[in-house]
Amino acid sequence: MTNLIKLSAADLSGLLADRSVSSVEVTRAHLDHIAAIDTDVHAFLHVARDAALATAARIDARRAAGDVLGPLAGVPIAIKDVLATQDMPSTAGSKILEGWIPPYDATVVRRVRDAGLIPLGKTNMDEFAMGSSTEFSAYGPTHNPWDLDRIPGGSGGGSAAAVSSFEAPLALGSDTGGSIRQPAAVTGSVGVKPTYGGVSRYGSIALASSLDQVGPVTRTVYDAALLHDVIGGHDPLDSTSLTDSWPSMAAAARAGLADGALKGVRVGVIKELAGEGFQPGVKQRFEETLALLAKAGAEIVQVSAPNFEYAIAAYYLILPAEASSNLARFDSVRFGIRVNPAEGPLTSERVMAATRDAGFGPEVKRRIILGTYALSAGYYDAYYGSAQKVRTLIQRDFDAAFAQVDVLVSPSAPTTAFKFGEKMTDPMAMYLNDVTTIPANLAGVPGMSLPMGLAPEDGLPVGLQIMAPAKLDARLYTFGAAVERLLEATWGHTLLSQAPELAPTEMFASEEGVV
Amino acid sequence: MSEITAEQVAHLANLARIDLSPEEINRLTTELGQIVDSVAKVAEVATPDVPATSHPMPLTNVFRPDTVVPSLTVEQALSGAPDHDGDKFRVPAILDEE
Repeated sequence: MTNLIKLSAADLSGLLADRSVSSVEVTRAHLDHIAAIDTDVHAFLHVARDAALATAARIDARRAAGDVLGPLAGVPIAIKDVLATQDMPSTAGSKILEGWIPPYDATVVRRVRDAGLIPLGKTNMDEFAMGSSTEFSAYGPTHNPWDLDRIPGGSGGGSAAAVSSFEAPLALGSDTGGSIRQPAAVTGSVGVKPTYGGVSRYGSIALASSLDQVGPVTRTVYDAALLHDVIGGHDPLDSTSLTDSWPSMAAAARAGLADGALKGVRVGVIKELAGEGFQPGVKQRFEETLALLAKAGAEIVQVSAPNFEYAIAAYYLILPAEASSNLARFDSVRFGIRVNPAEGPLTSERVMAATRDAGFGPEVKRRIILGTYALSAGYYDAYYGSAQKVRTLIQRDFDAAFAQVDVLVSPSAPTTAFKFGEKMTDPMAMYLNDVTTIPANLAGVPGMSLPMGLAPEDGLPVGLQIMAPAKLDARLYTFGAAVERLLEATWGHTLLSQAPELAPTEMFASEEGVV
Repeated sequence: MSEITAEQVAHLANLARIDLSPEEINRLTTELGQIVDSVAKVAEVATPDVPATSHPMPLTNVFRPDTVVPSLTVEQALSGAPDHDGDKFRVPAILDEE
């Protein structure tokens, strides 16, 4: 019997289609694995065991009845807790939404259900997606499957850990400044931030509306493409949704598997993100990957993006400003918890302030206060206004670079997974994790992270980031699939096959360790 | 150096409707000063000739056909509220009557 949890979504799709396995079998295998290891990993905030098995049984019945089903019908999926699900709590990792069950589904969740995928549960994240480690989740951090003492990245550490520990073949994430790509990098998985507006955000609890984008979290480029095809495309319920018609990302990924797919591709290396100040093993794997690409016929071109050095500064003005406005909706009236002040009169204003004090964690408070400051009269032009100008300059840098090359590459993150607590006391140190990923969000261009090896000094995964011009997500999939094929052929295996096996007994061992 | 004071942070917290403890205000005053010093560098390149970008993929006049479509029922809309009365959200007093 094949170990079902180790198979890609594409392989599961084949076995389900020819009825070698049932969706109930596949779903149960994943649920059992979650039950065995998730005490240790803590990727999930909620597991919907009964609902998942019931949905799987319905898909099996439809298949038996001869219904025409989509390619991912019957395949399990994990859903980041930032997405509204009408049958599961949706907290965005915050106490202020503890237990909230939305009265509607996010559009991406609806599309996933309509395509017959099986939602397994909701995955952990930094509170309201503010963080790079899941340490800011109000419900405790997720652990990196490669080393349980280390962070799985963030904010989408739960989704990345779920796929990289084989608890789910697919997951949904959201990426505002790297929350899909950085977790993918540090867990050895694949994550894609689509073009801004390419995937609906209706029902995605808003962090920063001009930056947020929902995307796939998977173990292979092809699986990401299959999921992208399910969730992408225009949604009239999201006023920022692009009306373009999109090519099949799955077909684009398949094109990358052809021999010679890398020949003549102009690959831009961004001077400002080429490894200065990066961990030595990250830099080394990046340079080796460039050498492999050159050998496969790609043309490596050095490009400069001088304004990227201002990206973090601009981001940490724009994001808090938008977040402070978006999070004003948590007013203790329409959803979430309500907390009365300890003393004094009970007015709406005072109850709202007491609720937000009790319901928001330290990073959320920090960013709301920062955003309120950046938007206040007298500071607006110097901070928020200037940050928006930097955004223009960064878009121009991308335009100039893409005039010379087809894709841009960089390491996905400056370091491998760090240990818990390492960056918790210094907000700026935590913010610097996003140096590589933020420019794509500011400019709206699509970005992907895929594994490019293990850092020799610590044996932990290193990610390659690929960026393409806006709306050319298909190019990411073609190039990404080609790079993945090249790297795996060089290694002779997938990167995740090198991850330590998380046995159920591990859970008891680590509990003893804590004592 | 930025000149963020504890009084300023307390004022911002009031504007943002978050009850912060004196300890939180002190810590945030220090942290905010450091963060603002780091992000202030945006002003170095934000010269008057550069236009501002508020939205990466700007769309204008996003409309849908003016037809009624299903929406949440009153019961659904109230389902997540901490308190409600009949078909309305129930809130504490709006005015502080001394």
